Amino acid sequence: MSRLSAVLDATRASGQKAMGLFVTNGFPTPQDTPGILRELDRGGADFIELGMPFSDPLAEGLPIQRSSARALAAGTTMKDAFETVVSFRASSPTPVLLMGYINPILQYGVSRFCRDAQQSGIDGLIIPDLPPQEAAPLTEACRKAGLDLVFLVAPNSSDERVEFIDSLSTGFVYAVSVTGLTGSGLDRRMASIEEYLRRTRRLVRNNPLLVGFGIKTRQDAQRLCRHTDGFIVGSSLVREIEHLWDETTLPSAQRLERIRQFAYSLKPDT
Amino acid sequence: MTQTVPDERGRFGPYGGAFVPEILVPELIALEKAFRTAWTSKTFRAECTALLHTYVGRPTPLTFAERLSGRLGDIRIYLKREDLCHTGAHKINNTIGQILLARDMGKTRIIAETGAGQHGVATATVAARFGLRCIVYMGAVDIRRQALNVARMKLLGAEVRAATSGSQTLKDATNEAIRDWVSHPRDTFYIIGSVVGPHPYPMMVRNFHRIIGEETRTQLIQATGRSAPEALVACVGGGSNAIGIFYSFIDNPAVRLFGVEAAGEGLNARHAATLSLGRPGVLHGAMSYLLQDAQGQVELAHSISAGLDYPGVGPEHAWLKDLGRVHYLSVTDQEALEGVRMLSETEGIIPALETAHAIAALERIIPRVAPGGTFVVNCSGRGDKDMDTIMAHAA
Repeated sequence: MSRLSAVLDATRASGQKAMGLFVTNGFPTPQDTPGILRELDRGGADFIELGMPFSDPLAEGLPIQRSSARALAAGTTMKDAFETVVSFRASSPTPVLLMGYINPILQYGVSRFCRDAQQSGIDGLIIPDLPPQEAAPLTEACRKAGLDLVFLVAPNSSDERVEFIDSLSTGFVYAVSVTGLTGSGLDRRMASIEEYLRRTRRLVRNNPLLVGFGIKTRQDAQRLCRHTDGFIVGSSLVREIEHLWDETTLPSAQRLERIRQFAYSLKPDT
Repeated sequence: MTQTVPDERGRFGPYGGAFVPEILVPELIALEKAFRTAWTSKTFRAECTALLHTYVGRPTPLTFAERLSGRLGDIRIYLKREDLCHTGAHKINNTIGQILLARDMGKTRIIAETGAGQHGVATATVAARFGLRCIVYMGAVDIRRQALNVARMKLLGAEVRAATSGSQTLKDATNEAIRDWVSHPRDTFYIIGSVVGPHPYPMMVRNFHRIIGEETRTQLIQATGRSAPEALVACVGGGSNAIGIFYSFIDNPAVRLFGVEAAGEGLNARHAATLSLGRPGVLHGAMSYLLQDAQGQVELAHSISAGLDYPGVGPEHAWLKDLGRVHYLSVTDQEALEGVRMLSETEGIIPALETAHAIAALERIIPRVAPGGTFVVNCSGRGDKDMDTIMAHAA
């Protein structure tokens, strides 16, 4: 069993909901990422999703687009993501997934990428522009390297498609909350999102089910988690980091403290 | 060969496919089904043909370019006059087909990306004709350099939204259009303007432009008594006008095919010569040649012609390049401007800057073909929209 699966199983066994937290590698600056990961870990993340910046991130709303552009402008590369995780691993066993778009992985070389990722202590991958029917080479490389490969389902996925995705996904199935980009608003759509998650919960039998996109508060998480094993927060965390770094007078120890508090504030009561 | 590609996964050899967020997968499956039904439906095809005849102005003429031929040597050059289509370029062949599909699928909101603005105008035009709401995404840089087309789109009732990320050109406009579609999949139809994007778009857009080559074949018989020329020449950005004229001749190896890319400021400087200098990669949902750095980040393209200013290219062109069936070469900004002048002066036809790349390449292509040969150049668009750029460079 993978480290990610073990963590998700243990969380479920203890009656908790798993919390995954996303941040872009190299954002706001490459020097800041290691400290931010440490605070997310201390703030209660059950796993971390580390974004590898891409020039054309199609599924992202503005906050993550901006964070990617900023990280790329600072020269962040794929190898830097590996180094970030190597240093994180020195002090923490918390699972880390890499989120990124397929083209940089293809250019790196699929097999080499998976091998290097595994050796850096990375647990799995989430590739939003790689639906399972295009994923055969990466699926095989992940299996060989012992990495989980998480696929996504969406509100407009048919029952058959959800079952197909569940059959290929490892680690968990990622339920995109709305037909929209990361950071989309959920407010007016809560009832239909819950109905979709209930349907998906019945269909996903091989994996834990986690929900993400647009979750901004503990209340959002708590409401949607009734139907899932956990949740993922990205855009609102990235925006919080953006704000903290915009406050140029804030001492860096306080920034990190506020990141930890923000992470902790998202965790649902149990 | 040509009748069997793309395969059921939308692959042209290793190229094509559908590398998209899950939200778009059901939409693309529904679109492919709707397209295949429509393409084999007599009613749909008849309605499409009627609009092409009575609204677009097809068939477009095949014009013998007597003085251009005389200037360039012992050859006979014909121009396929897509510049005479309603709205001024070939783009409307495709938007007519897609708007009919949108209507049949019950979609109420049309979105499109545009570079030079020709596809945006062609989309806004058919949206107006069918009474559908239309939003066109356009790079902020292109909005400045193609002001006339922006005004046309607005007059036609479309909303023009500026893409302000990245290079602020066609690539970024396409990103924004895809993001819009991801956010509104149920009611929105995305009219892609070239043979790019995820399956089924490259196949579908090609099929809507096949009429260019089909008419050319018929008109050549009338003009020359032969159904095939020695060579076809077309400019390639995404590659829609080129595929449109090539397609009817791909299976005839006697016809030499030449695609002309934008070399911008030169192949050692900023350019848009994707097939000449790119490597395979994934952008906007398809595997194809791509201008990218060593890290797989997409590079900014450059061309004086907004319609060719794109770091990707249609996957079928990538396959035709690898097969060696089409020869791709490139022409600089400066040479293209000379192409505008040459066609204007010899034939009284002011071509679009995109089209001018094909004209400018003729001098290099002619020596590769036997003397006395017949050439057809796809005169894909007219140059009115480019007058500001042309005048700025003439000064």
